[in-house]
Amino acid sequence: MNDRRLEIIIGQLLRAGVLLAAATVFAGGVLYLVRHHGDEANYHTFVAGGPSTRSVSGIVESAARGQSEAIIQVGLLLLILTPVARVGIAIVGFLLERDRMYAAVSLIVLVILLFSLMHAT
Amino acid sequence: MTALEFTLVVWALSALAGFLGALTGLGGGVVVVPALTLALGVDMKYAIGASLVSVIATSSGAAAAYVREGFSNIRIGMFLEIATTLGAIAGAFLAGRVSTHALAIVFGLMLLQAAYQSFKGMADRGVSHVSDALATRLRLGGSYPVEGKPESYGVRNVPGGFAMMFGAGALSGLLGIGSGAVKVIAMDRIMRIPFKVSTTTSNFMIGVTAAASAGLYLSRGYIDPRVAMPVMLGVLIGALLGAKVLVHARVKTLRIVFGVVILALAIEMMVNGIAGRI
Repeated sequence: MNDRRLEIIIGQLLRAGVLLAAATVFAGGVLYLVRHHGDEANYHTFVAGGPSTRSVSGIVESAARGQSEAIIQVGLLLLILTPVARVGIAIVGFLLERDRMYAAVSLIVLVILLFSLMHAT
Repeated sequence: MTALEFTLVVWALSALAGFLGALTGLGGGVVVVPALTLALGVDMKYAIGASLVSVIATSSGAAAAYVREGFSNIRIGMFLEIATTLGAIAGAFLAGRVSTHALAIVFGLMLLQAAYQSFKGMADRGVSHVSDALATRLRLGGSYPVEGKPESYGVRNVPGGFAMMFGAGALSGLLGIGSGAVKVIAMDRIMRIPFKVSTTTSNFMIGVTAAASAGLYLSRGYIDPRVAMPVMLGVLIGALLGAKVLVHARVKTLRIVFGVVILALAIEMMVNGIAGRI
């Protein structure tokens, strides 16, 4: 394991994550348009949506019931998780390189990311 | 407008924004947010939420291609991400406190800077081959291919670059953009890292930075699936196409055209922000 190999693995993982996320968003989007294509689209004033689009548990629950907006949010959650996974893999990679300093640096970044994501749970 | 019309229009605008963003290296968010707010009257909060998501998509989607070229430096990126993620959280907190008028004005100022950079172009500052004491201790230096042969480079002024990266993160969290241009300034100008290494490492960092504010955006409802869906899919496709065309494009002409567009958007954003229409 060296830096270059580590980066290539991370890069491929990220691309796979993005493709999976995009496919999920697309599927949810098609379903949403089939059901709601005639709805009035008005986003002039911001109104925060319900838990089915704002909290992880609400999103997963509603998506399981087949709600199209929640399925889109599942895709977007997957997307948000790709960079988080990237940092996690970097920790393992640096440990395999026996580079404790950069394993620690990556761990700090991961903790900051998880702190932010806790707000959404 | 019906939901179907809205989705198609936003998708097309986002694809164009992603395409131009990839060609010029400024990223899609810079165009998506003004396009949504000015052309379609979408509230800033929905616009920055959708833009932030698309920023993660382009950064993660392009990572594999950049890594293959062998320019990006994972140590520099990871170390500076401590600063950008902290900044992003601070910026996202701030975005919930200030009015949309103020957000529009700040966005306009950021666009002015981007337009200036677009006209002037960014260039190599001359590479320094030795790292200073702190950068040596952090083992930040590396090597990159120059005409097929690896050439080593050093890194300088880590505290200055770190501080600038906190600012780049804050801007990203506040405005839902990648703020790649500011990241490049921090690495290329302040830390004297080669331009090619700076731009590719910046692209790698953008996704992690944006992910740090995404949690806050999501819990506040800025990421609305009905707006974010066409934006994310559009920007992603536009950016992938843009990266393919990039090799053959006349970047200089394009930069000037893009600069004019951004300048117009900057003025329009600020005028609307000051007049309280956004």
